[in-house]
Amino acid sequence: MSQNILNTLSILIPVLPLAGFLIHILFKDKISEKLAGVHATAWIIVSFVLTVVLFAHVRSNGAIHVQLFDWFAAGDMHIPFALQIDQLSVVMMMVITGIGSMIHMYSIGYMHGDAGFNRFFSYLNLFIFFMLMLVMANNYVLMFVGWEGVGLCSYLLIGFWFKNPEYNKAANKAFIMNRIGDLAMLLGLFLLFQYAGTLTFDGVAARFNPSSPEYFVPDSGMVNAITLLLFIGACGKSAQIPLYTWLPDAMAGPTPVSALIHAATMVTAGIYMIVRSNLMFSEAELTLQIITVVGLVTSIFAGAIALQQNDIKKVLAYSTVSQLGLMFFAIGVGAYDAAMFHLITHAFFKALLFLSAGSVIHGMGGEQDIRKMGGLRSYMKITHWVFGFGVLAIMAVPPFSGFFSKDSILVSAYHVSPVLWVLGLFAGLFTAYYMMRLYAVVFQGAPRMTEHVRAHIHESPRVITIPLMVLCALSILGGVINLPHIFGGNTMLTHWLEEIVPVHAHELAVSTELTLMGIASVAIFGVIFLAHRKYRVRQEVPVEDSEIHGINKVLNHKFYVDELYEAVIVKPLRMFSDFLYKIFDLKVVDGIVNGMGQLVQYASTQLRYMQTGTVSFYLFAMAIGMGAIVLLIYLM
Amino acid sequence: MDNTLSQQLQVIPLENYVMLSIILFCIGVIGILMRRNLIVVFLSIELMLNAINLMAASFSAYHNDPAGQAFVFFIMVVAAAEVAVGLAMLVMIYRNTKSIDINALNRLKW
Amino acid sequence: MYTLLLILIPIVSGFIIWTAPQALSRKIALISSLVSIAMSAFVLSQFHPDGGVQFSIDEPWVRMLGIRFHIGMDGISMLMVLLSNILMPFIILSTAHDQYKESHLLYGLMMIMQGAMNGVFVSMDMFLYYIFWELALIPAYFLVLWWGKGEARKITFKFFIYTLFGSLFMLVAIIWLSLQSHTPTTDIAAVYRLQIPADVQGYIFFAFMLAYAIKIPVFPFHTWQPSTYTAAPSPATMLLSGVMLKMGLYSIIRWVIPVVPQAVEQYDTLIMVLAAIGVLYASAIAWMQKDIKTLFAYSSIAHVGLITAGILTVSASGLQGSMLQMFAHGINAVALFYVAQILFRHYDTHSIYSMGGIRNQAPLFAGLFLVVMLASVALPLTNAFPGEFMLLNAVFQMHPWLCLLAGSGVILGAVYMFGAYKHVMLGEATGKSTSFPEVKGIDKYALIVIMLLIFAFGLFPQAITHITEHSVQEIILQFQNKISATTINS
Repeated sequence: MSQNILNTLSILIPVLPLAGFLIHILFKDKISEKLAGVHATAWIIVSFVLTVVLFAHVRSNGAIHVQLFDWFAAGDMHIPFALQIDQLSVVMMMVITGIGSMIHMYSIGYMHGDAGFNRFFSYLNLFIFFMLMLVMANNYVLMFVGWEGVGLCSYLLIGFWFKNPEYNKAANKAFIMNRIGDLAMLLGLFLLFQYAGTLTFDGVAARFNPSSPEYFVPDSGMVNAITLLLFIGACGKSAQIPLYTWLPDAMAGPTPVSALIHAATMVTAGIYMIVRSNLMFSEAELTLQIITVVGLVTSIFAGAIALQQNDIKKVLAYSTVSQLGLMFFAIGVGAYDAAMFHLITHAFFKALLFLSAGSVIHGMGGEQDIRKMGGLRSYMKITHWVFGFGVLAIMAVPPFSGFFSKDSILVSAYHVSPVLWVLGLFAGLFTAYYMMRLYAVVFQGAPRMTEHVRAHIHESPRVITIPLMVLCALSILGGVINLPHIFGGNTMLTHWLEEIVPVHAHELAVSTELTLMGIASVAIFGVIFLAHRKYRVRQEVPVEDSEIHGINKVLNHKFYVDELYEAVIVKPLRMFSDFLYKIFDLKVVDGIVNGMGQLVQYASTQLRYMQTGTVSFYLFAMAIGMGAIVLLIYLM
Repeated sequence: MDNTLSQQLQVIPLENYVMLSIILFCIGVIGILMRRNLIVVFLSIELMLNAINLMAASFSAYHNDPAGQAFVFFIMVVAAAEVAVGLAMLVMIYRNTKSIDINALNRLKW
Repeated sequence: MYTLLLILIPIVSGFIIWTAPQALSRKIALISSLVSIAMSAFVLSQFHPDGGVQFSIDEPWVRMLGIRFHIGMDGISMLMVLLSNILMPFIILSTAHDQYKESHLLYGLMMIMQGAMNGVFVSMDMFLYYIFWELALIPAYFLVLWWGKGEARKITFKFFIYTLFGSLFMLVAIIWLSLQSHTPTTDIAAVYRLQIPADVQGYIFFAFMLAYAIKIPVFPFHTWQPSTYTAAPSPATMLLSGVMLKMGLYSIIRWVIPVVPQAVEQYDTLIMVLAAIGVLYASAIAWMQKDIKTLFAYSSIAHVGLITAGILTVSASGLQGSMLQMFAHGINAVALFYVAQILFRHYDTHSIYSMGGIRNQAPLFAGLFLVVMLASVALPLTNAFPGEFMLLNAVFQMHPWLCLLAGSGVILGAVYMFGAYKHVMLGEATGKSTSFPEVKGIDKYALIVIMLLIFAFGLFPQAITHITEHSVQEIILQFQNKISATTINS
């Protein structure tokens, strides 16, 4: 393919969703609901097709670079507006447009009849545009465009039903927490620029690539600082401790949004960014250790919270936080390819889980409390099956996709230290437990909804179930893309990413690997069995909020982290700001300014009594004054 | 002998003229500061003015420079005009306050 | 000649408006502002962005004091004049649905103020510059006094005295500088040539900076600003925040950095610390505001704080960033106060707690406000992002910790702006909000054009940096040459 055609195709991929957005904005009242949904989906599907074309090209010819124009420049800093489609970005693009188009299609059914139907699709299209910008950029600043842009779309979509003040609050919270990370990210970029003198991915990578002529031996303090700042940025976007609390609240948005933005794509941007900078991160030992710890702690912490949540979407949200933590854990142990692998499989099965949860909510007429569900397997057959497969995938039951990706993370962790392997597995056990609980409580047992609701439960229309089935297939088979050698695979994904993520050849002995897998699987099955007995056999139903006690109460209240932030950060800040305004600004600063005026005024009220009005006094004063002047001159 | 007027004048030492005009000037100043009668004050001002005139005229003679005397005439003309205005004001003040006490007119204060 | 026209068109039309019938005054003002735009567009097309001063007029004026009528434009002046001329039509259009008493006086004063501000930007003689500087204050004073709300009299008095107070120190510095050449002169070239002893530079620096710190305003000299912005009629607020405060920023670049470089190097940290504190301080206070105009006023203090800090780094990144950000802030400030005015028209108050749920009735207005707000928090692809990025980068390269302080605006900006948006636009519509009219007519198109400008300059900031690039280089060169000259001598 000629360069021109390639350029056009590359540009079209993000521009098509943008065009969809603009059409929605310009003709928002003139487009019928049906047309709006269809054409919004069509743009994404076309983008997906183009991405596949580019994928084929990248496969045979390597990365594509598209220079558009110089965005801004000052001094030594040149920020080009340029796209880069290489092995890493093209994978991300496939995930975004592929899952994106499925979710668009799903939304046609899910959002049917909503007053803001067209608006919803315009935001979704805009989101896809920004997400594509994020992964297609060839430098950090342009990536930051997408980075903040998806944050904006996330804000818009969380607060989609803007009449509800709670939702608006959640939207603001998400945006602000992201911004905290973004500031750290900006600082990281400035430091990186100072250190490396460039902000393009290739340029930075060259500085840290020992085989490149531009390589120089990294100054570890500096690199640690840069990577740590970037990691804080990633924490904001990918919902890691301490900036994770926005993600569960973000479930206020419509369910397709939770699936697309808050599970499959946007929240993985942090992973993408670090994998993109993996050469630099590999030099930052301290940061990697911090990432390992943060990832692991987040994973276990969020998993624990998920045990006691009773909102179907909240469970999935905490599970997302937990899975993201696992990806960071993978990065921390240096397994960037495993992180990417898990990112992709997670995108499949978590999108599937959210969408089928959406299907459940849709069928239940908006109910999200799992205590009011139960026995849905006979009412919503397709949803039940696909959800079941999704659960198996996320629990890492062989041979579903989650098994392979989680396994590759655990294997890499084992390389670093067996302790990490145990801890990683431990985090996975939480997942198995709460997912089994969720599945059993929602789909098994006896129906617990009111008669009225039960009469209206229905399987979702085909426009919803088809995407579910596609994602279900992906969740089952997704492991194929990086099948390890012992199962006759050839770790396709790892090889594919070789150019960006150098492979560290470390093979465990086959027997060790099989043993580890065996232990892990047995442990997971054990946990599943426990949950199975409790929630399916004994058909226990989570108790009412008021009856939750002890540790469960702490979990149910999410370790009181929100309350803690409120009390420790928000409240004092508010009080401080209030003090600044009411006392310091109005009284002290302005007081000094006004005080100057009052001082002059006071002095003049005192001095004006000199103005007696008596002429002889003036004359006398004049005579004395003149005498003084004469004396002064004489003395000098 | 064609002693000019200025040479004849120079028989009397300059110091005497200066002393005289200083004395006149001081009398004027004291008059202004001490007296409250507006007319006397006014007279004192004229006295000071004439002290200056005297000084200017005498220096003019001693320096053989007519410009000084020209200025004396100029000042006298201006003073005459000023007297006219000043007396008019005095009359107005008297009409308004029924007094020519200088301190009766102290409304221009603070 | 072109330069003179750029000053004269607004001033002359200001006088014409005074004499013409009131019914015509807005039309004349609008036409004149459009002529100004056309004129500046034409001048821009003739302009060579090579760093030189162009379209100069240089005539002796007061010979005895060496004062010349010297005007001309380099890239920086060009940009500032462009900004003031671009904003003017929007400011006039924003009044389209309002009735002001004695409107011919209002528009006339606005035009004269614009002319004076253009004069500030193109003066190449310090004394002339000073005259325009003060001339701009006079219409501002009357605008706020006569059409202001609330305690306008008291507020105006403070505003006037405060800013005048600062300028007097500047005047003293100007006089001192004019006496340093062989013959007295206030011409820019002569002033730039001066080698001022290091100990005096400090005095000159603070004399200038006091005037500018009050005008910009930099913390802690800002207290006149929120009350003035709040009390002023909306077109005056727009003029003050959109253009007038740029006079201070511009002047630092033009009259401080090249003239007293050693003092800048010595004291820049002090001012930068103040400016950076100002960012955090003003953002925190903006968070506490209930009055939307006061909120925007404090947010303006936060923004200019960052610009000031960036300028004082005297780096390409800082100065170019300040150019971008001044331009962006001008547009965004006008847009924000435009929105505030539309809100005020319906609610008759600026309190955000009286508003809410507007998005139900007026989705377009809500969308436009959202864009303006995003520009104000410097979201990428809006006009403020490249500038903010460059400014923060400049500050970071010099004092990383200050950057953290100055960068707090990134977070807090989102906090107060999105908070305000939530209160005003989102939620259920109640009370007066249920009858909020969708934005239409002139307001609609003006805001849409502003939105397009926001995105255009976000995507192509090069259009701005291209104009100023070489002039900024000149300034930096002046600065560095003088610094290195003195270090060699000593």
